Amino acid sequence: MADMGIGVSVKRREDARFLTGNGTYTDDINRHGQTHAIIVRSPHAHARIKKINQAKAKAMPGVVAIFTGEDMKVGSLPCGWLIKNQDGSNMVEPGHPPIAQGKVRHVGDPVVVVVAETRQQALEAAEAVTVDYEVLPSVSSLKAATKAGAPLVWDEAKGNICYDWALGDKAAVDAAFAGAHKIVKIDLVNNRLIPNAMEPRAAIGDFDKATGDYTLYTTSQNPHVIRLLMGAFVLSIPESKLRVVAPDVGGGFGSKIYHYAEEAIVTWGAGQLKRPIKWTAERSESFMSDAHGRDHVTHAELALDKDGKFLALKAETLANMGAYLSTFATCVPTYLHATLLAGVYTTPAIWCNVKAVFTNTVPVDAYRGAGRPEATFLLERIVDIAAREMKMDPAEIRRKNFIQTSQFPYQTPVALQYDTGNYDATLDMALKMIDYKGFAGRKAAAAAKGKLRGIGVSCYIEACGIAPSAVVGSLGARAGLYECANVRVHPTGSVSIFTGSHSHGQGHETTFAQVVAEKLGIPSEQIEIVHGDTAKVPFGMGTYGSRSIAVGGAALVKALDKIILKGRKIAAHLMEASEKDVEFKDGKFTVAGTDKAKTFGEVALTAYVPHNYPITELEPGLEEQAFYDPLNFTYPSGCYIAEVEIDKDTGTLEIMRFVASDDFGKIINPMIVEGQVHGGIAQGLGQALLESCVYDKDGQLLTGSYNDYCMPRADDFPNFDVQHTDKPTPCTHNPLGVKGCGEAGAIGAPPAVMNAICNALGVVHMDMPATPEKIWRAANAHMARAAE
Amino acid sequence: MPTTVSMTVNGKKVSGSIEPRTLLVQFIRETLGLTGTHVGCDTSQCGSCVVHVDGKSVKSCTILAAQAEGSDVLTIEGVAKDGKLHPMQEAFRENHGLQCGFCTPGMVMSALDLVKNNKNPSEQQIRDWLEGNICRCTGYHNIVKAIAAGAKAMA
Amino acid sequence: MYNFEYQKAGSVADAAKAATGEAKIVAGGMTLIPTLKLRLASPSKLVDLGGIKDLVGIKAEGGGVTIGAMTTHAAVANSAEVKKAIPALADLAEGIGDPAVRNRGTIGGSVANNDPAADYPAACVALGATIVTNKRKIAADDFFTGLFETALQEGEIVTSISFPAPEKAAYQKFRNPASRYALVGVFVAKTKAGVRVAVTGAGEGGVFRKKSFEDALSKNFSAAALDGIKVDAKGLNSDIHASADYRAHIISVMAKRAVAAAK
Repeated sequence: MADMGIGVSVKRREDARFLTGNGTYTDDINRHGQTHAIIVRSPHAHARIKKINQAKAKAMPGVVAIFTGEDMKVGSLPCGWLIKNQDGSNMVEPGHPPIAQGKVRHVGDPVVVVVAETRQQALEAAEAVTVDYEVLPSVSSLKAATKAGAPLVWDEAKGNICYDWALGDKAAVDAAFAGAHKIVKIDLVNNRLIPNAMEPRAAIGDFDKATGDYTLYTTSQNPHVIRLLMGAFVLSIPESKLRVVAPDVGGGFGSKIYHYAEEAIVTWGAGQLKRPIKWTAERSESFMSDAHGRDHVTHAELALDKDGKFLALKAETLANMGAYLSTFATCVPTYLHATLLAGVYTTPAIWCNVKAVFTNTVPVDAYRGAGRPEATFLLERIVDIAAREMKMDPAEIRRKNFIQTSQFPYQTPVALQYDTGNYDATLDMALKMIDYKGFAGRKAAAAAKGKLRGIGVSCYIEACGIAPSAVVGSLGARAGLYECANVRVHPTGSVSIFTGSHSHGQGHETTFAQVVAEKLGIPSEQIEIVHGDTAKVPFGMGTYGSRSIAVGGAALVKALDKIILKGRKIAAHLMEASEKDVEFKDGKFTVAGTDKAKTFGEVALTAYVPHNYPITELEPGLEEQAFYDPLNFTYPSGCYIAEVEIDKDTGTLEIMRFVASDDFGKIINPMIVEGQVHGGIAQGLGQALLESCVYDKDGQLLTGSYNDYCMPRADDFPNFDVQHTDKPTPCTHNPLGVKGCGEAGAIGAPPAVMNAICNALGVVHMDMPATPEKIWRAANAHMARAAE
Repeated sequence: MPTTVSMTVNGKKVSGSIEPRTLLVQFIRETLGLTGTHVGCDTSQCGSCVVHVDGKSVKSCTILAAQAEGSDVLTIEGVAKDGKLHPMQEAFRENHGLQCGFCTPGMVMSALDLVKNNKNPSEQQIRDWLEGNICRCTGYHNIVKAIAAGAKAMA
Repeated sequence: MYNFEYQKAGSVADAAKAATGEAKIVAGGMTLIPTLKLRLASPSKLVDLGGIKDLVGIKAEGGGVTIGAMTTHAAVANSAEVKKAIPALADLAEGIGDPAVRNRGTIGGSVANNDPAADYPAACVALGATIVTNKRKIAADDFFTGLFETALQEGEIVTSISFPAPEKAAYQKFRNPASRYALVGVFVAKTKAGVRVAVTGAGEGGVFRKKSFEDALSKNFSAAALDGIKVDAKGLNSDIHASADYRAHIISVMAKRAVAAAK
């Protein structure tokens, strides 16, 4: 199956339905007898609910029910990761009721749910609900929340600290700093972002009066996880009575991993009303209810010897959790951030302290890259500053500190063990792609037309293929992070694959089919990929952390191997040969040294029509299932270089070139991988240049629509030059040799472009987003310096 | 006070009894059940809802159904003919110009209007034209490529 | 959206009669419909000008152009008459919103709404346009009276706008990166009577003329003539997107670029 197997840019099979308007997203689904929910949300950052006046609304046409926190006394929306404080005690873990009880803690916190026959009626009734609040003092930024005497988001969280955690050997770091030739320092903000998948979240709860079964249709990246969290922790519904369907999902980027209040509300409400309830977010509602991303304030220092070798790194980070702990929130600044601070370098000693902080803002959780962009930004900025202070070339200081290919497996001082990599290869390739040597000439040419040109290098590494269950379990994860695949071979030889991975743009229906085609040697029309429905797929942990192909794909390979193994036994029986002499290749079972052969289809048919069958040794049927729990993370890495030109008069910036050289190990579908990198780069550049979530001091969200939250548009970017390294290093511990590619762009791009801007302006640092005004002010200061 | 609107949608005469405040996108999605046209924002910026009204691209979330009375409306469902993708749709597939697919119908409808106005658009002209269509997945790179290829294929 | 009655007006007279009290007139709807969707307005009735053919069209007159109120931005951008008489006006129309907005949005709606970040008010003021209503003719200088405020009275409907042709003119816009509206837009027109400079997007009270620029450019129509003329940040908007100081600076830059680009 050379034309559709591994390594081929097969065109996507899901495209036809999306291109013709036949995709089925949650809001496209309507259930018989469906009602509509509108959620009345808090207009205040922090307030006590004194009274909810709902009589008027209740009497309005079409109103079916009105629910408040008093009505919906259920379990708390859970946090999936327990972090320990430096002193060994547990983090502060406040409850998170789906509908606020007693107090609201951020603008957008659900207060009242109005259910009516039509959406319009629900909207009108919702407007008639009035809530009397006693407004309380609030904190909306890390700075405000950590000030002495700051108002408390939670009484039990003193100083608004959720946890105070550290990783690394502080004594070793202190010793290295004491003997250092040079110490460089940086204070930076990793700007808060709003994910903004183009499909707003939606959920439909349904209840079957005959069976007592619940069904939730939801915009989720991981329906089984939602079933587990909502069933076990919030609503006490056994898995056997709860089905979660995540149909076509219009982008996730992390924001659709989490179990959200609205999912629990419509499911619980459907049970109360014995009728389906649909809720669809308006975009302005998404802004104040989808989990946000990033939001770190960090101080870091790097110690170097006289040759520019890194001796030690220390970082102290404040990480915003928002008002409640979202599903993965607590692990993002810790185990997905501090563990990456070695980067691609041999820095022998690293220490990182993270204080997670509650604020009266929307919960913050993983957003594309999750912790790793923050780590990479910190590291690649401070390395650039080090190059500047050491008067070394930014590419060369990096090269000097790279972990060498001979050093793998490489144990970093921050817990991870990299299995393989080749960082010189991706750096060399990127330098060549951008013509690094020719930069001086291009800078001069730009200067001649009055423009400031800059170049910026960024070398990233990420830990993907999340995650070995035993490892994450020992670090506080409350779940395993394996994946499950089921392969059902039908009697005629067609195959249905049930995967726990979920595609919301990644193209799994194509990529996974390629793996199957390669392994079974059957045409792709005979392969169906099924995902996103707990009633069909046995189990799954879903899609995030660039894990689908590395973990879900590996589970699929394991299940396919089981199919082939059983197939060989059946074929051996049919061909009266010894099993050990039967080979399987290109869809055929053959006996070595003979011309005997049975096709995959013949073997499948025999499994279901077992007239001539080794019935005493084998069961009929051909269906296998596998769980795969990875042995390690995977470590995609690469080098991104940006070249920018700045218009001094206005501070506007043009990205002249952007090159990416990535090492994702083995690649299944190069076209899809390239597309993933493009999208990641765009989100990374969005963070660096355009996007920023802003709250005012009273906790009002100032960037609550596309008028104020700057989404990247087509004319903000050039084409990206994305290439795969010519010396890939396949992952050593999963059967496909794959590493994952979904987050790389968002991780590698921000420091590349910010380094380019700082290079163009001759400044040490600039916080993101680098808006025209910020650049203009820096450029003016630059000109003033130049004039001196 | 419901009112009746009639229009032609994808070549078929349709009518429905609606409230005057009904947006064209609501009429298309809810009354006609054509759910390929999407709603991605509430401030008329994302472009997921772009359809053609009398041959021109419009944001169906920013026009009342009543304003489209008597119009000829084309939605994404009417673009492919006889089960065959339109060359622009084919170009999106061929160039991996879509990922999650949510913004895609609006992108295709905008692209078709661009080619009506400019048979051979440059990369910059395509990027400028897409100002009112937001995509979060692709970084636009392959959308731009797809539209250029689609325009060529339509020539 | 709150409910309302909807009426498609057959003529301007019908519309004027219907547009009383809590009724609102809808032209292209590019501002009004988003406002209604956010439930920021609750008119009792929408009077739609969409069916009035007389209000659509572009006529070349006396060297300038007269544009019917219901003419779309796309039509202005693509009009041979406009491109010939006032290319800067066609360029401006080409830069409003996005293509789908330009296909629905109208010049009359834009002018009557007087959004402080809209583009057309700058063109009207700088070119010394005349806003023609069903009742009278109003000079642009007298028409835009403040934030979303105009000289229009109840029952008064913009029917067309007449632009005299300048010797040369240009519009330069610095977009708000998020909304893409003008953070600062400067329209410079060199006319027989002197130079007129109008600024949109930046002012707390909407569009305004920049006298000091006009005086300098009337003496010497070159970008250099604006060197050293400080723009006062007082009265300019300051928000999360740009400070008043920055807007003041950008006004100068855009004005110089407009002078250089004028044709």
